[in-house]
Amino acid sequence: MSTERFPGTRSNFSGQYIVEAEKLLKKFGDFVAVNQISFQVAIGECFGILGPNGAGKTTTIRMAYGFSPMSGGSLKVFGLDISRDWRQIKSRIGVCQQENSLDPDLTVLQNLEVFARYFDIPQKEARKKAMELLAFIALDHRRNATVSELSGGLMRRLVLARALINNPDLLILDEPTTGLDPQSRHQIWDRLEELRGKGISILLTTHYMEEASQLCDRLIIIDHGLILVEGKPLELIRQHVGRDVIEIDGPTHELRAFIQDRQLSYEDLGHRLIVYCEDKSELYQRITRGFCKGSCVMRMATLEDVFLKLTGRELRE
Amino acid sequence: MIRTSALRISMRFIRVWQRNLWVYRKNWKISFIPPFLEPLFYLIAFGVGMSSLVGNIRYQGTEISYVSFIAPALIGVSIMYNSFFETTYASFVRMYYQKTFDAMLATPLSLEEVITAEIVWGATKSLISAAIMMVVISFFGLIRYPDGLLILPLAVLGGIAFGSIGMFFTGIVNNIEMFNLPVFLFVTPMFLFSGTFFPIENLPRWAQQVALIFPLTHLANLARSFNYGQFRLSLLWEIGYLLLFSFIFFPLAILKMHQRLIK
Repeated sequence: MSTERFPGTRSNFSGQYIVEAEKLLKKFGDFVAVNQISFQVAIGECFGILGPNGAGKTTTIRMAYGFSPMSGGSLKVFGLDISRDWRQIKSRIGVCQQENSLDPDLTVLQNLEVFARYFDIPQKEARKKAMELLAFIALDHRRNATVSELSGGLMRRLVLARALINNPDLLILDEPTTGLDPQSRHQIWDRLEELRGKGISILLTTHYMEEASQLCDRLIIIDHGLILVEGKPLELIRQHVGRDVIEIDGPTHELRAFIQDRQLSYEDLGHRLIVYCEDKSELYQRITRGFCKGSCVMRMATLEDVFLKLTGRELRE
Repeated sequence: MIRTSALRISMRFIRVWQRNLWVYRKNWKISFIPPFLEPLFYLIAFGVGMSSLVGNIRYQGTEISYVSFIAPALIGVSIMYNSFFETTYASFVRMYYQKTFDAMLATPLSLEEVITAEIVWGATKSLISAAIMMVVISFFGLIRYPDGLLILPLAVLGGIAFGSIGMFFTGIVNNIEMFNLPVFLFVTPMFLFSGTFFPIENLPRWAQQVALIFPLTHLANLARSFNYGQFRLSLLWEIGYLLLFSFIFFPLAILKMHQRLIK
């Protein structure tokens, strides 16, 4: 694996973007799941699609890997049209679907080998590649285990390995770490970082903000099928939240008056006040000294603050 | 839709067929048992138990023993069961519970290829079981060679026909329990009333007409005629019926699976 050049470089495609979505539309009957969104994924980039449940993330990437037909707009992958050149495109991408779709009738190694056959990879080459990938995800010692014996984390790693069987130029991941424990999640992240280092482009959906901050060069936050913002994680935080966040439990009337007076950007959750600010430890000190009865914490602003600010706090579905 | 569907089928479907073969080979010792024991049970039950009650049967103008009458039909029944149950219960499990089709659709395979492979695999299972049954039945001296070997290609045709309609049901059922309906309303009546255990001429006139709609009637009749080397022109109509049945339900199966899975 390490000696091998990743195919982002073997690609004969000379354009700037590996994915180009133009006014992408998806309707289910009258319901508009994806409402004419446009975005581009540059070569070698890790691009994230974030959004609450039902925002249209999965629907969007299902169109990108040719699973769902588009209702409108255009979508190009490697400069090819997904509705026409779907087979050519699909032979050059690797997909990790949200639901576990490993073959429980087969062993770990066979899962990779059978999948390789779907890409018309000759059997000998498939075996070699499968062994390499099992080493890559540190699962080679369990190659003869049946899939049902594996833990959730191991299954996820195997799904990732399976998506790499055809040396893809583009990796499409739909919530790659949902439901995993922190150890398994970091394992997956490490592997993805390594792949990124080798120049592979990644398109992923997630609702873990930490994951997006860590992995994505650029991202979009979507809700109700529309793009709310697009940018680099840090820039989005600076732009929409600031540097720091002060959280005050049990805010008093005086504090609310003080905050409004100062025209600070804040959110009032009733029992808690969240104040967005630009590195104002002076402000924090005034609040703790003058208005803080219960807990009062200052922390760095995160992507989660951006996400919640833009998509709201009410429950979905 | 059907026109564009046709364009999406390439020989790559064999890869999916190979996947099923791979799984089958893993469990072949268990998979071999039913086609091995099934004819034994039936032949012993009917041959030993019923023969003395029934005696001989008139079939196409000649007297044959009761076991000779049912033996080829049993192969026909097995052809039906193997492909039908493969593309209903087994395919449904792969599609719905194991998400196998979803995984395949993220590769250069088309849905049309996946479905084609499932139906062809169903026919393959029909062929395997017909072959095993023929071996077993041969020990009773009830297969006439070489004419009887024609049952093998017939197993493929019958397998495609029943595999296609099975897949069609898989495309429309809401859950796996709902397969009980086609099994009790379609498969079981066919098993009993398709000239399998008694000539359809014994049925009332209206029931004979109904029996002619059943593909198993024609499959059983063809198996019997092939086995005893009774080649008549009317057999072409029966082959034609099975072909027509396949030509209708194969695209319908693809259409329904398309509507079910591609959203």
